[in-house]
Amino acid sequence: MSKSIEVAKEAIKKNCNPIEISDDFNQLQITISADKILDVVDFIKNHEACEFRQITDIAGVDFPDRPKRFEVIYHFLSFRHNNRLRIKITISEDEIIPSITSIFPAANWFEREAFDMYGIQFKDHPDLRRILTDYGFEGHPLRKDFPLTGNVEIRYDEIDKKIIHEPVNLQQDFRSFDIQSPWEGTNYLKEEKKNNE
Amino acid sequence: MSSSKTVTVNFGPVHPAAHGVLRLILDLDGEIVERADPHIGLLHRGTEKLIEHKTYLQALPYFDRLDYVAPMNQEHAFALAIEKLLDVEVPERGQYIRVLFSEIGRLLSHLLNVTTTAMDVGAMTPITWGFDEREKLLDFYEEVSGSRFHAAYFRAGGVHQDLPDGLTDKIFDFCNNFPKALDDIESLLTENRIFKQRNVNIGKVSKEDAVDRGFSGFVLRACGIPWDLRKSQPYDCYDKLDFKIPVGSNGDCYDRYLCQIDEMRESIKIMLQCLDKMPTGEVINRDSKIAAPKRMDMKNSMESIIHHFKFFTEGFHVPEGEIYTAVEAPKGEFGVYLIADGTSRPYRCKIRAPGFAHLQAFDLLSKGHLLADVPAILGSIAIVFGEVDR
Repeated sequence: MSKSIEVAKEAIKKNCNPIEISDDFNQLQITISADKILDVVDFIKNHEACEFRQITDIAGVDFPDRPKRFEVIYHFLSFRHNNRLRIKITISEDEIIPSITSIFPAANWFEREAFDMYGIQFKDHPDLRRILTDYGFEGHPLRKDFPLTGNVEIRYDEIDKKIIHEPVNLQQDFRSFDIQSPWEGTNYLKEEKKNNE
Repeated sequence: MSSSKTVTVNFGPVHPAAHGVLRLILDLDGEIVERADPHIGLLHRGTEKLIEHKTYLQALPYFDRLDYVAPMNQEHAFALAIEKLLDVEVPERGQYIRVLFSEIGRLLSHLLNVTTTAMDVGAMTPITWGFDEREKLLDFYEEVSGSRFHAAYFRAGGVHQDLPDGLTDKIFDFCNNFPKALDDIESLLTENRIFKQRNVNIGKVSKEDAVDRGFSGFVLRACGIPWDLRKSQPYDCYDKLDFKIPVGSNGDCYDRYLCQIDEMRESIKIMLQCLDKMPTGEVINRDSKIAAPKRMDMKNSMESIIHHFKFFTEGFHVPEGEIYTAVEAPKGEFGVYLIADGTSRPYRCKIRAPGFAHLQAFDLLSKGHLLADVPAILGSIAIVFGEVDR
């Protein structure tokens, strides 16, 4: 492991008191509570041991079974130390987290994307609109309970001479194959077992 | 929002100079752009959602369809992510082939981008010459993978097949002739008075802004920051190759153009070194069950047939874990953040496209410039909507 990762790790450990800190695959990752995000981000941007000056990405992840459903993962890059850092926070569906656009202007669209795809709300975001989905789109497509085929389909109506939205009508049922190896127990067997218990 | 003298113009969604489907809302004061609001997502196909429903092998071709002018560079990032999670080695020949084709991808992207941008500012000839060269490169793609664009050639652990006989000679010939073609293109543009008037000091970004706005790739380097993932965080065999990182100074459209031209010359150097150093041997790691068994083995071995069947139905399992890998794609840092849950399907695959961050700063880049400069700036940051909209 490179020395600069060690130094950054120590500095973060001392100053941000993260819930969890790891460096699997030589990539620094910390988990913090959602309300501390602004302080931590400010710290890692400016402290000389870190200097993570660029935000590369913000990713949302959905775990529908957990009480706190969403994870928001911020990716940072330090040019000076040639390091990467991931900050992870866990939030529930109705929680609102502070936007980091005041510290990293580039977070603007990344946060908009997380809002669009997962419905994660960011407080004090300058312009929290949908970004990738259609105007007037309903739902958040990357949530695990959003169907792969979507809810509405659009077509051009020859009679009305306009584009209309209709509920999706599949000619063939959506097929999702259970491809787990029978040696490890397919899902339907697991479910049957659960029901019997 | 707008005073009486501002006019709001709708640029796109279908506009030949937008390089795809971009809707730009421009507030104009006369001809001066006061505010630009890009509306993206018109090409959104839900790639990330689709990948969650596919096995790792089936997910790979989606990466061709992101930045579709340099398909294999995207596959590279995904393949690297899986390899790291699985902890498998790539045979050396596989590494060299991947780097060779990544550099071909860089040429494809820069050739398209430089010449179409030139056309946007009025130069018609470079695009015909550039596409002539691109055609030759796409032939290499076709020979090696069977398709000109959507190659699906890289695999976790190496590449799908070895190079066909005679291909290395053809690539070698190309590498020797290409610098001449590039000189021709440059002779029309680099010192061209009109081209310079349209590009010098247009869309200028300072170093600080470039870092703040999440720039990467040649757009960042044109601002004077010598940062290239092939050097700073080398993957595959890049650390064994000798090449330079072209760096600009002004951070304007013209420097971005120069950076791309110089990068093409460096790519040729890398390709020649790859051809020179490429060892013989396997092209994909066959030890760890992540590659399909060889056809010949399937004739003789029951085990291979079972493996073949399981490989293409169930796919291979990737151990639980999360990883971010990034490659230096032609347009900048292309990253894949992969969360594996131990099954044969990714739990989450977040794609970090360089163009997304570049387009985000479009307001900053175009503010105060003329409406006619908008296509020049748009072209200079190499926007491809396959990757921006995903």
